[in-house]
Amino acid sequence: MSDFPRWKYFLVAVVLVLGTLYGLPNLYLPKPAVQVSATHNAVIDQALEQKVTAALQAAKIAYLDANIKHDVSRGDSILIGFANGDQQKAAADALKPVLGDDYTAAYNLQSTVPGWLSAIGGRPMPLGLDLQGGVRFLMAVDQNDVVDKQEIRYTQDITSLLKDKKIPFISVARDPVRGQGVNVVLDSAADRSTASDAIATEYTDLSVTDGANTGNRYILNASIKPNQLRLLATSAIRQNLATLSNRINALGVSEPVIQAQGEDHISVELAGVQDPAEAKKVIGATATLEYVAGLGDARDPAVQDAVKTGNVPPDAHLYYGRRGEPYLVSKSIIATGDELVDASSGNDQQTGSPSVNVTLNSAGAAKMLEFTRDNVGKPMAVVYVERVVDTKIVDGKEVRTPKTTYTVINYATINGVFSNKFQTTGLGSSKEASELALLLKGGSLAASMDIVQEGVIGPSLGQDNIDKGLKAVLLGLGLVLVAAAIYYKLFGLVADVALFFNLVILVAVMSMIGVTLTMPGIAGIVLTLGMAIDANVLICERVREELRNGSTPLAAIRAGYEKAWATILDANVTHLIAALALTTMGSGPIKGFGVTLLIGILTSMFTSVTVTHAITALIHHGRKLKTLSV
Amino acid sequence: MEIFSHNSNVHFLGLRKVSIGIAILLMIASVALLATRGLNYGLDFTGGVSIETTYDKPVSVEDVRSALDKGGIENAVVQSVGGTRQVSIRFQPKDDSHYTVPEGKSPNLDLIVNDVAKALQAPRPDAKIAGKEFVGPQVGEQLRSDGVTAAIFVIIGIGVYLWIRFERRFAVAALATEVHDVLVTLGVISLVQREFDLTVLASVLAVIGYSINDKVVVFDRIRELFRSSRKADPEEVLNRSINSTLSRTIITSLFTSIAMAALYFFGGPTVHGFAITMLIGILVGTLSSIFVASPILLWLGVSKKDLMPVTKENPELARRP
Repeated sequence: MSDFPRWKYFLVAVVLVLGTLYGLPNLYLPKPAVQVSATHNAVIDQALEQKVTAALQAAKIAYLDANIKHDVSRGDSILIGFANGDQQKAAADALKPVLGDDYTAAYNLQSTVPGWLSAIGGRPMPLGLDLQGGVRFLMAVDQNDVVDKQEIRYTQDITSLLKDKKIPFISVARDPVRGQGVNVVLDSAADRSTASDAIATEYTDLSVTDGANTGNRYILNASIKPNQLRLLATSAIRQNLATLSNRINALGVSEPVIQAQGEDHISVELAGVQDPAEAKKVIGATATLEYVAGLGDARDPAVQDAVKTGNVPPDAHLYYGRRGEPYLVSKSIIATGDELVDASSGNDQQTGSPSVNVTLNSAGAAKMLEFTRDNVGKPMAVVYVERVVDTKIVDGKEVRTPKTTYTVINYATINGVFSNKFQTTGLGSSKEASELALLLKGGSLAASMDIVQEGVIGPSLGQDNIDKGLKAVLLGLGLVLVAAAIYYKLFGLVADVALFFNLVILVAVMSMIGVTLTMPGIAGIVLTLGMAIDANVLICERVREELRNGSTPLAAIRAGYEKAWATILDANVTHLIAALALTTMGSGPIKGFGVTLLIGILTSMFTSVTVTHAITALIHHGRKLKTLSV
Repeated sequence: MEIFSHNSNVHFLGLRKVSIGIAILLMIASVALLATRGLNYGLDFTGGVSIETTYDKPVSVEDVRSALDKGGIENAVVQSVGGTRQVSIRFQPKDDSHYTVPEGKSPNLDLIVNDVAKALQAPRPDAKIAGKEFVGPQVGEQLRSDGVTAAIFVIIGIGVYLWIRFERRFAVAALATEVHDVLVTLGVISLVQREFDLTVLASVLAVIGYSINDKVVVFDRIRELFRSSRKADPEEVLNRSINSTLSRTIITSLFTSIAMAALYFFGGPTVHGFAITMLIGILVGTLSSIFVASPILLWLGVSKKDLMPVTKENPELARRP
């Protein structure tokens, strides 16, 4: 009877079929495409598609197809496929003036994987920037800025708190040392203890301690609690990530990768983008909010009239909402985003419907109180103001042209008088509520960022890398296959089959997990292939040894696999530990290499041992053997 | 086909004084090299600006360098990558207000590249910028400390595993040899002044994985032979283990080297450093598996009784007189 159980044959067959199936999508090369998407929730429909195709025909640019893609998370878009990169570039240039400001035309790649394959979840490995071309930024978040912003805010808040509570004080000022909090100087010990209690109860994030007293100057120090400071730092990174994602999505870049790296870095990878200036412009944009009185929405005849004729009342602005709907809003500003302390989404306690809770600082609260007292029942609008500085290099000098866009992100009726804390209700869904909260909060970056690393990889360089990488993988594999076949004859050929499947399964697993393929990743694949044969060398040498010791062929195979297994396991576990360490190294090229190596070691253990054993058992099973071809 | 005679019995351990002596000398030389010459750190570690330039017609590195000097870009490192039409230019931008954007602290890459392009295109209008990169100085520091952390993690992880699976002496011998392999590999890189960039760092860490693999195979055989032989003279057992795994050690190294050579010759300039470091590491690791690891094991005094599977003491037997 064969020593190879039937369920293992079954397992090998299933894994090989699945591996081939999920590795297959990588053979379908994506074709260059241009993606047209809306910037401010403008409509993507058949009419736009016709407009786009007509523009392409007018410019005499041949395209393969144009389709509307529906994507819930990133909004709809039109994808136009082209036969080559030149046509893609020409088309993007031709479309930009036609589409205007409401839409973006960005380079993208269109998958050519057949429908049935994508239906079962088959997708190719995403290509890294070094293979695709694109821009990469690494940004450091200025943590000092976070502390600065908070301490300045508390300085103002404590001042108005003391005024409100009518506690006399000499001065409230930030400590000259950053992170040391706010120093309050009072003129009696009694005042100091009342102030201390008031601050501690109002602002629980502060730890309040008595300082030195000289003469009649009693000092009180209020500093942000250390754990609160850490929380602020991490939330600053999160908020910056969210803000950046919003802005870059507006850029229309296909599949941007924006992720936190380490404690205070953010890395942004924009595939297909060749001009970092455009991306930098968006990243460096400053945005703020304005709370203004609403004068009318789209149903209002005055607004309809203003849209049609362009005659806007002198005290008003005509702005558009995120869906392109017009509003008339007052020119006088009630409060700005600088005065907003926090915005979070939740549910209204009375109705249970989605809501956004907004907290203003004392200065904003005072103005809000004054305004709402006189305007209950009237509308109020929130306008998102984004300032983008367009930098161009003309004759070696920088020319900066600022551009400001205004968007109405919320338009609601004032239901009561409020000051520092209020709620916006009547939002369609909790998704909309969280979006609004993010926009309110994410208007500006929580902390300033500095670009510490920047790289541009040209598309030709990327294609060149793909060609060379593919050649290296195939030649490396081919040479090892030939060497193994010559040295170990039939057993070598069996190992070759397994090695080939190792490549297939490795690629399949990487595709399924969605590991981004990079040049170091390709180096990892070649190394894996070179080392995977080690297990077979161990097995073959063992089998030869057993034969020399006088074992029968079948016994030699059995003993060979059994004895080699312990060695293979030990050798691979130690190797796995090394690969694991590589994956912990940041997010750069080393990580890609480490992940590939890690997966490769696991797949090679399966193919080199189980798959070869299955094939060997299949070949030698039930035969009377005198010799083995090893 | 067989290249190595299966009944080879070279007395490797007889050479142990010589081989360990050479290993120590190599290590001292490597440390000296690293201390004096140091590593030629790449952009990833030093920070600065790197620009890839392609030419339509072949160009010499000297021409590029003189064009840069004339254009006012000093101390640039110019290297030809993959043929005569592609060069990589690396330099530290001067701390010049001209290059620094008002609101940021980092220099403006576009302005720098603009200047470089002008300098290059003055004598050669066919020069094109294919890729550009800027790395801030603090990024490199982070990387270096990450690299050291990863290496320590690997060494401790492997040590603990070997201690559990084998025995303390095996863990010590493997780690000592490992330190030797890494130092000597780094020493060679320092000697030839190959650029030490991120992929080379990845490769050095992969060398650790590769060479430990080699040692474990020999150790496995040592454990097996100790357990199976009745009268186990450590020196003889170690020697037999090296000899019987010799064929595998060399064939595997050869196969892996073939794959790495393919990567070196066809993979293009981005993986050159990786492939060459791996090739050096494979050579060093293979030699140390044969000549260094086992002598250390012998000196640490490994013996049969350390490796026998732990059998439960039978209380029944203990009670008997």
